[in-house]
Amino acid sequence: MLHTLAALVENHPGVLTRVAGLFARRAYNIDSLSVCQTDDPKLSRMTIVVNGDAQIIEQVRNQLNKLVIVHSVTDLTTESVVERELALIRIKVSSETRAEVLQTVDIFRGRVVDMGRTNLTVELTGDVEKVDGFVKAIRPYGLLELVRTGKIAIMRSEV
Amino acid sequence: MNEGKKRLKGATILLEALEKEGVDVIFGYPGGVLLPLYDALLDSPVRHILVRHEQGGVHAADGYARVTGKVGVCLATSGPGATNLVTGITNAYMDSIPLVVLTGQVVTSLLGTDSFQEADITGITTPVTKHNYLVKDAREIPRIIKEAFYLAGTGRPGPVLIDLPKDILAAEIEPFAADMDLKGYHVPSKGDSDKIAEVAKAISKSRRAVIYAGGGVITAGAGGVLKQLAERSSLPVVTTLMGIGCLPSGHPNLLGMVGLHGAVAANYAVDDCDLLLAVGVRFDDRVTSGLGHLFATKAKIAHIDIDPAEIAKVVRTHIPIIGDARLVLEELSNALEGYTVPQVGDWWDQLRAWKKGYPIKYDKDRLTPQMVIECVGELANEDTMVITDVGQHQMWAAQVYPIMKSRNFATSGGLGTMGFGLPAAMGAQIARPDDIVVLITGDGSFQMCIQELATIAHNKLPIKMVLLNNGVLGMVRQLQKYFSGERYNQIDLQGNPDFIKIAEAYGIRGIRVDSLEQVRGSISEAFKHPGPVLLEFAISPNDDVLPIVPPGKPITEMLGR
Repeated sequence: MLHTLAALVENHPGVLTRVAGLFARRAYNIDSLSVCQTDDPKLSRMTIVVNGDAQIIEQVRNQLNKLVIVHSVTDLTTESVVERELALIRIKVSSETRAEVLQTVDIFRGRVVDMGRTNLTVELTGDVEKVDGFVKAIRPYGLLELVRTGKIAIMRSEV
Repeated sequence: MNEGKKRLKGATILLEALEKEGVDVIFGYPGGVLLPLYDALLDSPVRHILVRHEQGGVHAADGYARVTGKVGVCLATSGPGATNLVTGITNAYMDSIPLVVLTGQVVTSLLGTDSFQEADITGITTPVTKHNYLVKDAREIPRIIKEAFYLAGTGRPGPVLIDLPKDILAAEIEPFAADMDLKGYHVPSKGDSDKIAEVAKAISKSRRAVIYAGGGVITAGAGGVLKQLAERSSLPVVTTLMGIGCLPSGHPNLLGMVGLHGAVAANYAVDDCDLLLAVGVRFDDRVTSGLGHLFATKAKIAHIDIDPAEIAKVVRTHIPIIGDARLVLEELSNALEGYTVPQVGDWWDQLRAWKKGYPIKYDKDRLTPQMVIECVGELANEDTMVITDVGQHQMWAAQVYPIMKSRNFATSGGLGTMGFGLPAAMGAQIARPDDIVVLITGDGSFQMCIQELATIAHNKLPIKMVLLNNGVLGMVRQLQKYFSGERYNQIDLQGNPDFIKIAEAYGIRGIRVDSLEQVRGSISEAFKHPGPVLLEFAISPNDDVLPIVPPGKPITEMLGR
């Protein structure tokens, strides 16, 4: 099962290597990883999507916590969270397909951010399933290039 | 500018910080980028032992740490000096030994340019250190030294490496006090009281409980409370290789070492127990045979460890307790006051029958490695430290030598590093100059760090080196004998030198022993000799380490029972 872990880590060179190296040598599978500085410039926030059963995820958390540069690890999988992914997608279009593609972009609430004679680039945010769904929908028209950020997630506030 | 404060070199600040941490000795080897540091060392009270190879330095610091519990310190130059440390660092990491490893580095302006003797040692050692640092500003030195010693020596100990570029060591700054900044590091201390109460209850209800004790017991200084607990509740104790010494040899509750070359009674007891109290162990594959799912299957498993990542890593755990082994066992001991001693008469009848029926067997009427080791044990005292290399002799020492105290047995457990013994013995002797150090080694291992004989001779370290010479790489030969159909390959150490002449060339006394009659006399002579002695025993290549669990078999299926 896929788990989403949020790790607060120190923001200096070598930190990503330590985390990535840990996953590699312990043979944990990273599905996606996104990292950026937090509002505190000394800290970065990593959102790691990792595949494994409960025991493996517990191991991943414990091993991550052993890294001195990791301040905290939270498993967001069972929490109520808002999660998003950003994708940039270049799609092949012709005069015949352009209208259909634009309509599909509209349905998925994407935005066209660049347009050429034979292709257009769409920006799409949403949860992973939505991005997957969009990719599936436009693939028949010709998917030229796809860049995805990987998932980021934040806990929902208590009502 | 503040003229009240004298500016000091980074190297001086570093050495003063080491002094503050209680460092009395560094095992090191100089090099170009370390010029500022070796210059500053001339004016420092910290003793420097010049080793003959960086691997010797790191193993010596490791041996020093194992027999004292203090943090060992070693030093090497950049590039090859640093990479020569990697085996020793990994060795310490696998056995959770506290080290602070200092390496020189090229000047910061040349970092990343493939400059002369540059190696990315922080990158290389990231997987095998508890933490490491590349110092980029001399003002970071006091904080980093403080953090490094704290990280190395607390929680689950381990090696911490500090990479020091030459210009950082040479920079002149005003000294200042610094605080640690380790928000991501937390040391567990006491265990969860409810869980401890659960274990106490489980012990009282058990009929066939076993304590499985490892290196964590020794690290935590929990041998005393473990003994008390075992005696009070009539619990048998099996130890890992790293746990040897946590209970004195010959103690009635001690069944021996568990695992691939363990005592039969110990393996049977673990297999048959209804409660396994695992303390400071990691269910290593040399214990479980790599078959966690077939290990102690009838038992409820309580696992006490300071490292949360060890819980449920290999086996299912019913009662996990994260904490310091000594504190947890003390609380458990108190919790047991509320219960009557469990009824374990039948269990002990069984255990005694196994112990009696399956002793460690070896010939005493000819020159065998085991009888040599036994004889050394008889002539040594209970403060004698035994340091081993890796191979058959290591297992024979573990099976036969009567270790009476914690920290008197040092061996490369997790990594199994041939060449560890000689330099580790050196570190042990420097750490405890008034106690006897016995090195038990083989002709394969001995040659892997043999250059340290010079360090031993120069520093007049009175180590008693017991070399069990069978002319082969015995452990591999034994494996080929049992599991490769006697198709021996590359195990014959043809070309071995005359070891006595080698010792003598370094100015070290050498005694060769070829017959049974000479064994006792030569050992006793070695103990009387005030300096280092090499005792070489000619043993047969056909003497095997038995019993042995074949690869892939559960630990009850031992050959040579």
